[in-house]
Amino acid sequence: MNKLGDTERPEVADAREQTDVSRRAFLRAASALGGLALAPGVTLYAFGQEAEVRPADQAVTSQHRWGMLIDAGRCGDGCNACVTACADEHGWDADAASPTDAHWIRKVELRDPEGGLKRTLPMMCQHCASPPCVDVCPTGASFKRADGIVLVDKHTCIGCRYCMMACPYNARSFVHEPLADQKPYAPRGKGTVESCTMCVHRVDEGRQPACVEACADTAGGAMLFGDLNDPDSEISKRIASYATVEIRADLDLDTGVRYRNI
Amino acid sequence: MGSRLLVVFGFLAAIGVAWHGPFPIFSQAVAAETGQSGRVPVPAPARGKGDACVADTDFMRRNHMAVLNHQRDDTVHEGVRTKRFSLKECIDCHAVNGADGVPVTVEDPKHFCRSCHDYAAVSVDCFQCHASRPDTAAMSVSPDEAAALSLRTYLAGVTR
Repeated sequence: MNKLGDTERPEVADAREQTDVSRRAFLRAASALGGLALAPGVTLYAFGQEAEVRPADQAVTSQHRWGMLIDAGRCGDGCNACVTACADEHGWDADAASPTDAHWIRKVELRDPEGGLKRTLPMMCQHCASPPCVDVCPTGASFKRADGIVLVDKHTCIGCRYCMMACPYNARSFVHEPLADQKPYAPRGKGTVESCTMCVHRVDEGRQPACVEACADTAGGAMLFGDLNDPDSEISKRIASYATVEIRADLDLDTGVRYRNI
Repeated sequence: MGSRLLVVFGFLAAIGVAWHGPFPIFSQAVAAETGQSGRVPVPAPARGKGDACVADTDFMRRNHMAVLNHQRDDTVHEGVRTKRFSLKECIDCHAVNGADGVPVTVEDPKHFCRSCHDYAAVSVDCFQCHASRPDTAAMSVSPDEAAALSLRTYLAGVTR
Protein backbone atom coordinates (compact mmCIF):
# COMPACT_ATOMS: atom_id res chain seq x y z
CA MET A 1 0.00 0.00 0.00
CA ASN A 2 1.29 3.44 -0.73
CA LYS A 3 0.48 6.69 1.04
CA LEU A 4 -2.82 7.22 -0.64
CA GLY A 5 -4.01 3.68 0.00
CA ASP A 6 -3.63 2.27 -3.50
CA THR A 7 -2.43 -1.27 -3.71
CA GLU A 8 0.59 -1.57 -5.92
CA ARG A 9 0.52 -4.20 -8.60
CA PRO A 10 3.14 -6.93 -8.05
CA GLU A 11 4.84 -6.42 -11.43
CA VAL A 12 5.14 -2.71 -10.75
CA ALA A 13 6.66 -3.40 -7.35
CA ASP A 14 9.16 -5.80 -8.95
CA ALA A 15 10.29 -3.19 -11.42
CA ARG A 16 10.79 -0.68 -8.66
CA GLU A 17 12.79 -3.16 -6.62
CA GLN A 18 15.54 -3.27 -9.22
CA THR A 19 17.84 -0.60 -7.92
CA ASP A 20 19.65 1.65 -10.29
CA VAL A 21 23.14 0.25 -9.86
CA SER A 22 25.08 2.82 -11.83
CA ARG A 23 23.45 5.63 -9.88
CA ARG A 24 24.33 4.01 -6.56
CA ALA A 25 27.94 3.63 -7.69
CA PHE A 26 28.06 7.25 -8.73
CA LEU A 27 26.69 8.40 -5.39
CA ARG A 28 29.22 6.27 -3.54
CA ALA A 29 32.04 7.79 -5.57
CA ALA A 30 30.61 11.25 -5.07
CA SER A 31 30.35 10.82 -1.32
CA ALA A 32 33.94 9.55 -1.24
CA LEU A 33 35.02 12.83 -2.75
CA GLY A 34 33.06 14.46 0.05
CA GLY A 35 32.75 18.18 0.35
CA LEU A 36 35.12 18.77 -2.52
CA ALA A 37 32.88 17.48 -5.29
CA LEU A 38 29.54 18.51 -3.90
CA ALA A 39 30.66 21.67 -2.22
CA PRO A 40 29.56 24.48 -4.57
CA GLY A 41 25.82 24.13 -3.98
CA VAL A 42 26.01 22.90 -0.43
CA THR A 43 28.58 24.85 1.48
CA LEU A 44 26.49 27.94 0.78
CA TYR A 45 24.07 27.07 3.51
CA ALA A 46 26.19 24.58 5.39
CA PHE A 47 28.92 27.20 5.77
CA GLY A 48 31.91 24.96 5.42
CA GLN A 49 30.40 21.98 7.15
CA GLU A 50 30.78 18.59 5.57
CA ALA A 51 28.68 18.45 2.44
CA GLU A 52 25.60 16.33 2.74
CA VAL A 53 23.08 15.74 0.00
CA ARG A 54 20.39 13.17 0.59
CA PRO A 55 20.58 10.40 -2.04
CA ALA A 56 17.74 10.69 -4.55
CA ASP A 57 16.27 7.31 -3.58
CA GLN A 58 15.92 8.09 0.11
CA ALA A 59 12.90 9.72 1.71
CA VAL A 60 13.16 12.97 3.62
CA THR A 61 13.45 12.64 7.38
CA SER A 62 12.86 14.97 10.29
CA GLN A 63 16.62 15.09 10.89
CA HIS A 64 16.62 18.52 9.24
CA ARG A 65 14.12 21.30 9.58
CA TRP A 66 14.60 23.85 6.87
CA GLY A 67 14.00 27.45 7.79
CA MET A 68 14.91 31.02 6.96
CA LEU A 69 16.07 34.04 8.88
CA ILE A 70 15.28 37.40 7.32
CA ASP A 71 16.97 40.58 8.49
CA ALA A 72 14.51 43.40 7.76
CA GLY A 73 17.25 45.89 8.60
CA ARG A 74 19.13 44.79 5.47
CA CYS A 75 16.06 44.46 3.27
CA GLY A 76 16.12 47.30 0.77
CA ASP A 77 13.16 49.64 0.41
CA GLY A 78 11.99 49.27 -3.18
CA CYS A 79 14.12 46.20 -3.79
CA ASN A 80 12.19 43.34 -5.38
CA ALA A 81 14.99 40.88 -6.11
CA CYS A 82 13.50 38.00 -4.09
CA VAL A 83 10.08 38.42 -5.67
CA THR A 84 11.33 38.49 -9.25
CA ALA A 85 13.69 35.59 -8.58
CA CYS A 86 10.79 33.50 -7.26
CA ALA A 87 8.58 34.47 -10.19
CA ASP A 88 11.30 33.56 -12.70
CA GLU A 89 12.05 30.30 -10.95
CA HIS A 90 8.45 29.08 -10.80
CA GLY A 91 6.90 30.84 -13.76
CA TRP A 92 4.37 33.17 -12.14
CA ASP A 93 3.97 36.84 -12.96
CA ALA A 94 5.53 39.21 -10.43
CA ASP A 95 3.77 42.20 -12.03
CA ALA A 96 0.33 40.70 -11.77
CA ALA A 97 -2.44 43.12 -12.64
CA SER A 98 -5.15 41.36 -10.68
CA PRO A 99 -5.14 40.90 -6.91
CA THR A 100 -6.35 37.34 -7.46
CA ASP A 101 -3.29 36.40 -9.52
CA ALA A 102 -0.69 34.07 -8.05
CA HIS A 103 1.74 35.54 -5.56
CA TRP A 104 4.14 33.22 -3.79
CA ILE A 105 6.15 35.98 -2.14
CA ARG A 106 5.49 39.71 -1.77
CA LYS A 107 7.12 42.74 -0.19
CA VAL A 108 5.35 44.16 2.86
CA GLU A 109 6.00 47.66 4.14
CA LEU A 110 5.88 48.48 7.85
CA ARG A 111 5.74 52.03 9.14
CA ASP A 112 5.83 53.21 12.74
CA PRO A 113 3.29 56.07 12.80
CA GLU A 114 4.89 57.58 15.91
CA GLY A 115 8.59 57.54 15.11
CA GLY A 116 8.26 57.31 11.31
CA LEU A 117 10.60 54.33 11.01
CA LYS A 118 9.99 52.44 7.80
CA ARG A 119 10.95 48.83 7.12
CA THR A 120 10.17 46.42 4.31
CA LEU A 121 10.30 42.66 4.42
CA PRO A 122 9.47 39.73 2.17
CA MET A 123 6.39 37.78 3.21
CA MET A 124 5.61 34.26 2.04
CA CYS A 125 4.63 30.86 3.44
CA GLN A 126 6.16 30.74 6.92
CA HIS A 127 6.41 26.91 6.87
CA CYS A 128 4.78 26.52 10.28
CA ALA A 129 5.46 23.48 12.42
CA SER A 130 1.71 23.41 13.17
CA PRO A 131 0.30 24.72 9.89
CA PRO A 132 -3.37 25.82 9.95
CA CYS A 133 -3.62 25.13 6.21
CA VAL A 134 -2.89 21.45 6.86
CA ASP A 135 -5.44 21.33 9.69
CA VAL A 136 -8.30 22.53 7.51
CA CYS A 137 -7.53 20.72 4.25
CA PRO A 138 -10.40 18.30 3.56
CA THR A 139 -8.45 16.03 1.20
CA GLY A 140 -4.99 15.88 2.75
CA ALA A 141 -3.54 17.79 -0.21
CA SER A 142 -2.03 20.40 2.07
CA PHE A 143 0.73 18.68 4.02
CA LYS A 144 3.98 19.20 5.84
CA ARG A 145 6.99 17.27 4.64
CA ALA A 146 9.14 15.52 7.22
CA ASP A 147 11.78 18.25 6.89
CA GLY A 148 9.27 20.98 7.75
CA ILE A 149 8.47 22.26 4.26
CA VAL A 150 4.73 22.88 3.84
CA LEU A 151 3.45 21.94 0.39
CA VAL A 152 0.30 21.36 -1.65
CA ASP A 153 -0.04 18.00 -3.36
CA LYS A 154 -1.81 19.33 -6.43
CA HIS A 155 -2.80 15.82 -7.48
CA THR A 156 -5.11 15.72 -4.46
CA CYS A 157 -6.07 19.42 -4.25
CA ILE A 158 -9.71 20.06 -5.18
CA GLY A 159 -9.32 23.85 -5.16
CA CYS A 160 -11.68 24.48 -2.24
CA ARG A 161 -9.39 27.23 -0.89
CA TYR A 162 -10.03 26.54 2.81
CA CYS A 163 -6.26 26.69 3.32
CA MET A 164 -6.17 30.18 1.84
CA MET A 165 -8.71 31.31 4.41
CA ALA A 166 -6.94 29.53 7.25
CA CYS A 167 -3.48 30.97 6.52
CA PRO A 168 -2.78 34.00 8.78
CA TYR A 169 -0.07 35.19 6.40
CA ASN A 170 -2.13 35.36 3.19
CA ALA A 171 0.62 33.25 1.71
CA ARG A 172 -1.40 31.08 -0.64
CA SER A 173 -2.98 31.84 -3.96
CA PHE A 174 -5.25 30.07 -6.39
CA VAL A 175 -4.72 29.53 -10.10
CA HIS A 176 -7.81 30.82 -11.90
CA GLU A 177 -6.70 30.55 -15.51
CA PRO A 178 -5.36 27.69 -17.61
CA LEU A 179 -1.56 27.84 -17.82
CA ALA A 180 0.88 26.73 -20.50
CA ASP A 181 4.64 26.19 -20.68
CA GLN A 182 5.20 25.57 -16.99
CA LYS A 183 8.69 24.85 -15.72
CA PRO A 184 9.43 21.10 -15.68
CA TYR A 185 10.42 21.25 -12.00
CA ALA A 186 7.52 23.49 -10.94
CA PRO A 187 4.20 22.07 -12.11
CA ARG A 188 1.33 24.55 -11.70
CA GLY A 189 -2.21 24.31 -12.94
CA LYS A 190 -5.67 25.79 -12.95
CA GLY A 191 -7.95 24.87 -10.07
CA THR A 192 -5.25 24.26 -7.48
CA VAL A 193 -3.86 26.29 -4.60
CA GLU A 194 -0.15 27.04 -4.49
CA SER A 195 2.37 28.83 -2.32
CA CYS A 196 6.08 29.08 -1.58
CA THR A 197 7.64 25.60 -1.70
CA MET A 198 10.89 26.83 -0.17
CA CYS A 199 12.22 25.77 -3.60
CA VAL A 200 11.87 22.13 -2.61
CA HIS A 201 13.35 21.02 -5.96
CA ARG A 202 16.51 23.02 -5.18
CA VAL A 203 16.67 21.97 -1.53
CA ASP A 204 16.53 18.30 -2.58
CA GLU A 205 19.59 18.94 -4.74
CA GLY A 206 21.41 20.67 -1.88
CA ARG A 207 20.92 24.14 -3.32
CA GLN A 208 19.44 27.23 -1.71
CA PRO A 209 16.02 28.73 -2.49
CA ALA A 210 15.98 31.15 -5.44
CA CYS A 211 15.00 34.17 -3.32
CA VAL A 212 17.86 33.65 -0.88
CA GLU A 213 20.31 33.26 -3.74
CA ALA A 214 19.03 36.41 -5.49
CA CYS A 215 19.13 38.43 -2.27
CA ALA A 216 22.72 37.40 -1.63
CA ASP A 217 23.81 38.01 -5.24
CA THR A 218 22.11 41.27 -6.13
CA ALA A 219 20.74 42.77 -2.92
CA GLY A 220 21.66 43.14 0.72
CA GLY A 221 21.96 39.47 1.66
CA ALA A 222 19.08 39.85 4.09
CA MET A 223 17.96 36.23 3.78
CA LEU A 224 19.63 33.20 5.32
CA PHE A 225 18.53 29.63 4.65
CA GLY A 226 19.51 26.69 6.82
CA ASP A 227 18.74 23.80 9.10
CA LEU A 228 16.96 24.82 12.31
CA ASN A 229 17.48 21.35 13.81
CA ASP A 230 21.27 21.54 13.57
CA PRO A 231 22.64 23.58 16.49
CA ASP A 232 25.87 24.16 14.54
CA SER A 233 24.23 25.61 11.44
CA GLU A 234 24.70 29.32 10.77
CA ILE A 235 20.99 30.02 11.11
CA SER A 236 20.72 28.25 14.47
CA LYS A 237 23.78 30.09 15.78
CA ARG A 238 22.36 33.45 14.77
CA ILE A 239 18.95 32.69 16.26
CA ALA A 240 20.70 31.72 19.48
CA SER A 241 22.85 34.85 19.54
CA TYR A 242 20.38 37.69 18.91
CA ALA A 243 16.68 38.46 19.14
CA THR A 244 14.56 37.21 16.27
CA VAL A 245 10.78 37.07 16.05
CA GLU A 246 8.05 35.03 14.44
CA ILE A 247 5.33 37.08 12.85
CA ARG A 248 2.04 36.46 14.69
CA ALA A 249 3.92 34.54 17.37
CA ASP A 250 0.70 34.75 19.42
CA LEU A 251 -0.78 32.04 17.21
CA ASP A 252 1.86 29.59 18.44
CA LEU A 253 2.49 28.11 15.01
CA ASP A 254 6.27 27.73 15.39
CA THR A 255 7.11 29.19 12.00
CA GLY A 256 10.15 28.09 10.03
CA VAL A 257 10.71 31.66 8.80
CA ARG A 258 11.94 34.13 11.41
CA TYR A 259 12.62 37.86 11.19
CA ARG A 260 15.06 40.26 12.75
CA ASN A 261 14.92 44.06 13.10
CA ILE A 262 11.19 44.58 12.73
CA MET B 1 -41.74 -20.92 -28.40
CA GLY B 2 -39.68 -21.84 -31.45
CA SER B 3 -39.37 -18.23 -32.58
CA ARG B 4 -38.27 -17.17 -29.10
CA LEU B 5 -35.48 -19.80 -29.10
CA LEU B 6 -34.43 -18.58 -32.52
CA VAL B 7 -34.11 -15.04 -31.18
CA VAL B 8 -31.96 -16.24 -28.27
CA PHE B 9 -29.67 -18.25 -30.55
CA GLY B 10 -29.42 -15.38 -32.97
CA PHE B 11 -28.43 -13.05 -30.15
CA LEU B 12 -25.73 -15.44 -28.88
CA ALA B 13 -24.36 -15.81 -32.41
CA ALA B 14 -24.19 -12.03 -32.78
CA ILE B 15 -22.21 -11.77 -29.54
CA GLY B 16 -19.86 -14.49 -30.76
CA VAL B 17 -19.17 -12.68 -34.00
CA ALA B 18 -18.59 -9.40 -32.20
CA TRP B 19 -16.24 -11.09 -29.73
CA HIS B 20 -14.03 -13.21 -32.04
CA GLY B 21 -14.32 -12.07 -35.58
CA PRO B 22 -14.61 -11.41 -38.38
CA PHE B 23 -11.69 -9.06 -37.43
CA PRO B 24 -9.85 -10.86 -34.63
CA ILE B 25 -9.02 -8.51 -31.76
CA PHE B 26 -5.37 -9.57 -31.61
CA SER B 27 -4.74 -8.32 -35.13
CA GLN B 28 -4.19 -4.81 -33.75
CA ALA B 29 -1.60 -6.03 -31.29
CA VAL B 30 0.18 -8.03 -33.98
CA ALA B 31 0.12 -5.05 -36.31
CA ALA B 32 1.55 -2.77 -33.63
CA GLU B 33 4.37 -5.22 -32.92
CA THR B 34 5.36 -5.64 -36.53
CA GLY B 35 4.65 -2.08 -37.59
CA GLN B 36 2.42 -3.32 -40.39
CA SER B 37 -0.84 -1.54 -40.36
CA GLY B 38 -2.80 -3.39 -42.98
CA ARG B 39 -6.36 -2.15 -42.79
CA VAL B 40 -5.96 -1.01 -39.20
CA PRO B 41 -4.25 2.30 -38.47
CA VAL B 42 -1.73 1.92 -35.66
CA PRO B 43 -0.02 4.60 -33.60
CA ALA B 44 3.64 5.23 -34.33
CA PRO B 45 5.11 6.90 -31.24
CA ALA B 46 8.55 8.40 -31.72
CA ARG B 47 11.47 6.43 -30.34
CA GLY B 48 13.20 7.80 -27.27
CA LYS B 49 16.87 8.66 -27.14
CA GLY B 50 19.32 5.93 -26.14
CA ASP B 51 19.17 2.18 -26.65
CA ALA B 52 16.35 1.09 -24.41
CA CYS B 53 13.56 2.39 -22.24
CA VAL B 54 13.82 2.16 -18.45
CA ALA B 55 11.80 -1.06 -18.60
CA ASP B 56 10.57 -3.52 -21.25
CA THR B 57 8.33 -2.00 -23.86
CA ASP B 58 5.53 -4.44 -22.98
CA PHE B 59 5.82 -3.53 -19.33
CA MET B 60 5.81 0.19 -20.06
CA ARG B 61 2.81 -0.09 -22.38
CA ARG B 62 0.73 -1.72 -19.69
CA ASN B 63 2.10 -0.11 -16.54
CA HIS B 64 3.53 3.33 -17.30
CA MET B 65 0.59 5.01 -15.58
CA ALA B 66 1.00 2.90 -12.44
CA VAL B 67 4.71 3.54 -12.06
CA LEU B 68 4.23 7.25 -12.76
CA ASN B 69 1.47 7.50 -10.14
CA HIS B 70 3.58 5.70 -7.58
CA GLN B 71 6.65 7.82 -8.29
CA ARG B 72 4.59 10.99 -8.10
CA ASP B 73 3.45 10.25 -4.53
CA ASP B 74 6.98 9.35 -3.47
CA THR B 75 8.38 12.52 -4.99
CA VAL B 76 5.80 14.98 -3.70
CA HIS B 77 5.48 13.59 -0.19
CA GLU B 78 8.89 12.09 0.50
CA GLY B 79 11.23 13.94 -1.80
CA VAL B 80 12.33 10.76 -3.58
CA ARG B 81 13.75 11.96 -6.88
CA THR B 82 15.01 8.84 -8.61
CA LYS B 83 15.12 9.30 -12.35
CA ARG B 84 13.95 5.89 -13.54
CA PHE B 85 10.18 6.45 -13.46
CA SER B 86 10.21 10.23 -13.35
CA LEU B 87 7.76 11.96 -15.69
CA LYS B 88 10.35 14.65 -16.32
CA GLU B 89 12.82 12.05 -17.61
CA CYS B 90 10.15 10.51 -19.88
CA ILE B 91 9.48 13.93 -21.36
CA ASP B 92 13.19 14.69 -21.82
CA CYS B 93 13.91 11.35 -23.49
CA HIS B 94 10.83 11.13 -25.70
CA ALA B 95 10.83 14.75 -26.90
CA VAL B 96 9.76 15.10 -30.53
CA ASN B 97 11.09 18.08 -32.44
CA GLY B 98 8.77 20.15 -34.55
CA ALA B 99 9.57 21.81 -37.86
CA ASP B 100 11.30 24.68 -36.04
CA GLY B 101 13.69 22.29 -34.25
CA VAL B 102 12.07 22.94 -30.90
CA PRO B 103 10.38 20.08 -29.04
CA VAL B 104 6.62 20.11 -29.53
CA THR B 105 4.16 20.46 -26.67
CA VAL B 106 1.22 18.17 -26.10
CA GLU B 107 -0.82 20.55 -28.29
CA ASP B 108 0.86 18.93 -31.28
CA PRO B 109 -0.50 15.52 -32.39
CA LYS B 110 3.11 14.39 -32.93
CA HIS B 111 3.79 14.55 -29.17
CA PHE B 112 4.97 11.18 -27.85
CA CYS B 113 2.14 10.79 -25.33
CA ARG B 114 -0.53 11.92 -27.73
CA SER B 115 0.36 9.49 -30.48
CA CYS B 116 -1.01 6.58 -28.45
CA HIS B 117 -3.47 8.41 -26.23
CA ASP B 118 -5.28 9.88 -29.24
CA TYR B 119 -5.43 6.42 -30.78
CA ALA B 120 -6.82 4.83 -27.63
CA ALA B 121 -9.09 7.81 -26.92
CA VAL B 122 -7.73 8.08 -23.37
CA SER B 123 -7.41 11.65 -22.19
CA VAL B 124 -4.27 12.51 -20.26
CA ASP B 125 -4.45 15.17 -17.53
CA CYS B 126 -0.77 15.36 -16.61
CA PHE B 127 -0.03 18.33 -18.84
CA GLN B 128 -2.60 20.66 -17.34
CA CYS B 129 0.11 21.24 -14.73
CA HIS B 130 3.26 19.48 -15.92
CA ALA B 131 5.49 20.68 -18.72
CA SER B 132 4.96 18.53 -21.81
CA ARG B 133 8.38 19.28 -23.27
CA PRO B 134 11.90 19.67 -21.90
CA ASP B 135 12.89 23.01 -20.43
CA THR B 136 13.30 25.18 -23.54
CA ALA B 137 15.34 27.77 -21.64
CA ALA B 138 17.84 25.11 -20.64
CA MET B 139 18.35 24.07 -24.25
CA SER B 140 20.66 26.70 -25.63
CA VAL B 141 20.68 26.85 -29.40
CA SER B 142 23.74 28.68 -30.68
CA PRO B 143 23.14 31.51 -33.19
CA ASP B 144 24.87 29.49 -35.94
CA GLU B 145 22.68 26.49 -35.25
CA ALA B 146 19.57 28.66 -35.20
CA ALA B 147 20.53 30.22 -38.55
CA ALA B 148 21.20 26.82 -40.11
CA LEU B 149 17.90 25.58 -38.75
CA SER B 150 15.88 28.46 -40.12
CA LEU B 151 17.61 28.05 -43.50
CA ARG B 152 16.77 24.35 -43.51
CA THR B 153 13.15 25.11 -42.66
CA TYR B 154 13.03 27.73 -45.41
CA LEU B 155 14.53 25.37 -48.01
CA ALA B 156 12.15 22.62 -47.00
CA GLY B 157 9.31 25.05 -47.59
CA VAL B 158 10.68 26.13 -51.01
CA THR B 159 11.23 22.61 -52.36
CA ARG B 160 7.85 21.35 -51.24
